[in-house]
Formats: sequence, structure tokens, C-alpha cells
Amino acid sequence: MANIKEMAAHSQIDPRFGSGHSLCRGCGIPSIVRTVLSSIPGPVAVINATSCLEVATTRYPFTAWKIPWMHVAFENSAAVASGVEAAYHALKARGELSEPMTLVVFAGDGGTYDIGLQALSGALERGHRFIYVCYDNEAYMNTGIQRSSATPFGASTTTSPAGRAAMGKPEPRKNIVEIVAAHRIPYVAQAAMSHWQDLSNKVQRAYHAEGPAFLNVLSACPPGWGHEPRDAVRVVRLAVDSGYWPLVEVIEGHWRLSYRPSERVPVMQWLTLQGRFRHLFQPDQEEALEKIQTIIDDEWERMTQRDAQSASWFASEQARRWEVLPTLPDSWEPRLGEPMWEHFRKTPNPA
Amino acid sequence: MTPRLPFHTPGVDLHHLRVITGAQGVAHAMRQIDPDVFPVYPITPQTPIIQTLSQFVADGLCHTHVLDVESEHSAMSAAVGAALAGARTMTATASQGLALMVEVIYLAASLRAPVVIAVGNRALSGPINIHGDHSDAMLARDSGAIQIFAETAEEAYDFTIIGTKLAEHKRILLPVMVGLDGFTITHSAEPVALLPDSAVKDFVGPYAYPSPLLGNQAGTYGPFSMPDSYFDLKYQEIEAVEAALEVFELVAEEFFRLSGRRYQAVEAYRLEDAEAALVMMGSHSGTAKEVVDKMRDQGTRVGLVEIRLYRPFPRHAIEQALAQVPRVAVLDKASSPGTLPPLFLDVAASVANTSKLVSVIYGLGGRDVPMAGLQDILEGVLADRFPPREPGYLFGNKVWHKEGKSWPI
Repeated sequence: MANIKEMAAHSQIDPRFGSGHSLCRGCGIPSIVRTVLSSIPGPVAVINATSCLEVATTRYPFTAWKIPWMHVAFENSAAVASGVEAAYHALKARGELSEPMTLVVFAGDGGTYDIGLQALSGALERGHRFIYVCYDNEAYMNTGIQRSSATPFGASTTTSPAGRAAMGKPEPRKNIVEIVAAHRIPYVAQAAMSHWQDLSNKVQRAYHAEGPAFLNVLSACPPGWGHEPRDAVRVVRLAVDSGYWPLVEVIEGHWRLSYRPSERVPVMQWLTLQGRFRHLFQPDQEEALEKIQTIIDDEWERMTQRDAQSASWFASEQARRWEVLPTLPDSWEPRLGEPMWEHFRKTPNPA
Repeated sequence: MTPRLPFHTPGVDLHHLRVITGAQGVAHAMRQIDPDVFPVYPITPQTPIIQTLSQFVADGLCHTHVLDVESEHSAMSAAVGAALAGARTMTATASQGLALMVEVIYLAASLRAPVVIAVGNRALSGPINIHGDHSDAMLARDSGAIQIFAETAEEAYDFTIIGTKLAEHKRILLPVMVGLDGFTITHSAEPVALLPDSAVKDFVGPYAYPSPLLGNQAGTYGPFSMPDSYFDLKYQEIEAVEAALEVFELVAEEFFRLSGRRYQAVEAYRLEDAEAALVMMGSHSGTAKEVVDKMRDQGTRVGLVEIRLYRPFPRHAIEQALAQVPRVAVLDKASSPGTLPPLFLDVAASVANTSKLVSVIYGLGGRDVPMAGLQDILEGVLADRFPPREPGYLFGNKVWHKEGKSWPI
């Protein structure tokens, strides 16, 4: 697996996503994008849904992208990727492309859970080979913090505001990982910006999946969640450690927890850091707080059960294939102008 | 009267003559062009196009990757992705499907994706209706896509080939919609003269998109454009659409040398000394030609202007064709509730003297268009029966104007 030194070197000598974009301080998106792109050997092309990432990185005539990148619209990134993948096969069959290329889709939760769900479902069913990365900041942040179906129960947004007669979003969030896993694609995972090694490992498994792979990555949004930019990683880490955001993988239909906090922290610790939950700490809101803890406990219980059920499969020979990750030789030192994937090619995957 | 059959063109090898529908004609053109990617979603009356091409692929007659996506929105999205990635791409749709595609057709034009879209023109809902009119095409009127309308199955075949070359021309690089009227052309079998496969392949040549996404070291396609650049980028698109007036002529001329079939953006049919003329597009132009011939035989001096290239609109050719005609009825197979219909407005913007124009809406939702009805329009125009700036409606054999009367049926 790639360690942080290798990833940092990779983004130095084979930069794919540059600086100078206008994403906010404390935003989780750029670190997610860098971790994803630095974990993939070989050439990469990116399809981007309309989102903060797209708007903040490609203001004409500037671009932060140093690789082929395309944006068409909000709801269709999986469909555009389907077309690009079909074109890739056509060009390859004609001998016009010599090198294999990885196709990565970046979309937000609105572009994935809501308006892009149909296109995503269609592309997953058709089995196009791409890595779909949903950076999930739990609302429509680009348009000014409106609720999406990824917004958690109780969160105040500009279209589900807390007020005298309302306590924020009354519905719990949609479970996109279960929806995607129901398509029986080879690899589905949930990750978080705070756990970069876990994310990198998952990207590498997604890279090896012979078919569609999906990653749902929790990304902090300081203006949308109402916390200090410097607390971004801390807030996301608490989401993971409280069990609100379990880091899971679904490999060939088998679920497992890829990270288990030694002790789950009470969800209150995560909630209190964020302005979007501030109203829940008014008097008479104990019920809502209890409900949040119950939702999380139930979900955690379900995840641990699934994890236990899959234990025997993960001990099997079939599962072992997924443990094999491309590794750079210990002696490897980054050299300017030498892409890291050259070394990946020299050390082929034993599987 | 000389029969006006599509295969009566000099130099055509009659061995390639087939009796096929317009949809099959389009599918044959696609088989011969052999696009790399064909993202499709079924909708009547377009479906025979995608079925026929899918069968050709299943039989190994072409190598196209038929991508059965889950909506027309995704079909057009995949088409844009594939075309920009470096693969020749086509699709087909109609009516609600085109409506769903329209968002992405605007983007295809802006991103300069040369996708050929066969449109089995059909009424838009509601009420839901599967039959032919031009309301769907009008929805994409301002999208930046080039629109060509076929009169016959032969033309549907020919325009698919011409459209491909036009779309991919280096000055154009825009989506091209080839309109064939739902059922009237898509499902009606007619003699169609197919060109030899190799001739079509040579005519369109290999797909050579400048600077495709794949095979590029880096490139940002579809960036975010603020007020300081949007207008300029949009102007480039407008310029490319306008250039299609000239490039259409060049490609049509080249196609004439290949096939013996000559197409113009605007066809002036028996306009010499005409006292009245119809202006229209699509399949019913064929009916109108019969009517013109019949009335001419009876000594009435009438003619027809058939528009084949609708976007970009051939304004000067229309002006020229109608310059000497004192009375003109513009026939729209679409409406624009609250104002005069789209083709009328386009024609009105092209002629110097708009007071000689009247508007008639006909054939909505596939309503029958009898010869007597078209004759009534010409007679009404000749007799100055129609009020200005008010659309007439063709019901059966008669044109109806509101003028305080109740609905005629």
C-alpha cells in the first residue's frame, strides 16, 4: 500500500490536482481528491459532476487539473463516464490507446444521492469500469447549504432550518452505500477525509475491481456545518469514532468494518462542535438528541452484525486477492519527471 | 405529371434500391458509417432505428458499441462523453425523449460534441400522443444543434450521411439533428437507393476529433465560465452554427457528386411566376408538391418553398426564394401558444415585406393533412381570405380562423 510519503511524493512528481483553486479553508474536498488521485497508478481521466469541486477548480481560463478532466452537467456524471468508457474500449480496439487508463468520477452528495442517482444506478447495472467517488458533505453546499437526502436527522440547513416550530431536518439520511451495494458491483466502500490511509487503501482496492467501484467519503464543510476550518479533520474523526460514519467495505457483496474505534465516543461530542446542530442543545430537545444516538446505535449494531457474518468469507482464499495491494520497493526514491506508476508497473500485482 | 420518386436520380445503381422505412434507412446509413458508440433509449416512433442497428451489430455487420442506457438524458450525456473522448457517436430519439435530452444538447453544442441525433419527430405531451409533428424539434430550436428535416425515407438516409460529415467538419463540430417525421417517414416503406458501403465510409472518412479527452496528457473540458468569458465562448458557438449554412452547401455538393442527389438548404419548387406559395418542412412537403402540381395543371400559379436546413436558418435563401412571390402561407407543424408559431417567425424575420405572410398551423399530434386542405390554404391565400398576424388552423379540408367562432369539431 502507498504510505503518506509515497503519496506526497506522487503528488509532487506526478501532480494531478494543482493548487490555486478556490475551495474554502478547511474544505475536505481537495485532500480527498489528492488522496484518491495519488493512490492510483497509471494515467487517470476525471469526470466531474457540477459541484463545489467543479466550480472552484475550473474557472475559465484557469484550471487546477493537470490530467484529462471533463464536466458536463449535475445529474449525469455516471452517464458521461459510461460514454467515455465505451469510447475508451473503441479506441483501444483500434489500437489508438497504448496504455490502460483509470476513469474516476467525482460528485457531491446532491449529485449522487439525489439528482444523479438514476444515472449512477444505470451505469452500475451496466458494469462500466470506473471509480465513482462521492464526496459527501451532507447538503447542497455549492448553492448555499440546502438539505439533500444525505443531510442527517436534526441538521439545520437553509431549506430545513431550525426555528420556533422546527428542529432542522426531520428525516434521517439515505443509506447510499446499501443502495449501491444492492447493485452487486465488485467493490463499495465508505471512507472519511480524516482516515487517509484507509481511504487510500480503499481506492487501491477500487482500482483493482473488475467493474464499477463506489466510494462514499465524508468531507467536512466548515461554512455548511458551522465549525472552525481548523476543526475540519477533528469533526470528521469524531463522526467516525462516534459510529455515526462507519468505515465499511462491501467486497463482492461481503460487508466488513475496515476500522473499529477502540471505544465509541458519545455522538454529543460530534454534535456540539457543529453549528448546524446548535439548536438541539436548547431546552426540550433531549428527545431529538436521544433519537440521533439511537439511529447511530442501531446502525452500528447492524454494521457489526454484518461484519461478523462476513468473517469467514474474509478469511477465505477468495478474499485474500483483495488484500494484495501494489507496493513500491523500499529502495524507491522519488525522482523528478518520473511518474510513480512506472514503479507500479515494475512491481506487478501478484494476483 | 412526371412521377417524383426519390430514386429517379441519374447515376444511381438500381441494385442498391430497397423498399424500406425511413427508420431502416437511417439504420442502414448508421451501419455503413459504423459509429463507435451508440447510446440509446427506446421511444416511439424512433425505436425501429435502434432495433435495426442493434440487429446489424448482432449480425456482425458493424462494430458499434450499442450502449443501452437508462434514459435519454443519459443517452445524450454518454454521447457527449464518448464524442469528446475521441469516438464517433450517434443516437436517436423523439418527443419526450428529446425533451429529456435538451439540457444536454445545449451542452453538446457548447462543448462542440459532433453527435448525430436521428429524431423521429413526434408531438410533445400533453396530452400524450405518439404521432408526428415538429413540436419536439422546436424545443431544441435554440440549443445550438444543427437541424435538418427530411421529406422522404431516402432523404432520412442521405441526411444521416450528410449530417455526419457536417457535424464533424472542423469549422462546425456541433450536434446535428436529422428530423424524420414520426410514422409518416419512420414507419412508411418507400424505395430508398442505398449507396455502396465503401462509398459511404470514404465519404465520411475516419473520426478525427481535434484534441480528444483520451490520449491527451491534460485538458479541462467544460469549465466554469463567468460573465467575463461566457459571452465570448457563446459567440464562438454562434459563429460555428452560422458557418453551417456554407458548410452544408459544400457537403451537399460533395454528396451530389457521389450520389447524383442534390440537396439545398431551401428548395424552391415551381416558384417561377407564382402568385402564392407555401413554406414548410418535413414529410408533408411531398403532399404539397402534389397539390402544387395539380393546381398548376389547372392553371393556378402556385409554388412551394421547402426548408430542409432549419438551424441555422437560411435567411437569405428564404428572402431570395420569396422575393417575387406576392402571397405566402407559412405552415407550422408546431405551435407557440400566445404568439405566432416558430417557423412563421423565422420566415417573417427573413423577408422584407411581412404583410404578405400568413400563418397556418397544421398536423399537430399527427392530424391528417389531406391534399384538399393544403389546396384550401393556397386558395385562401390567393383570395386574401386570411387575417394578418393571426394563425389559421388546418382541420381536415379547411383552414379555420377563430374570429369569434367556436371550435370547429
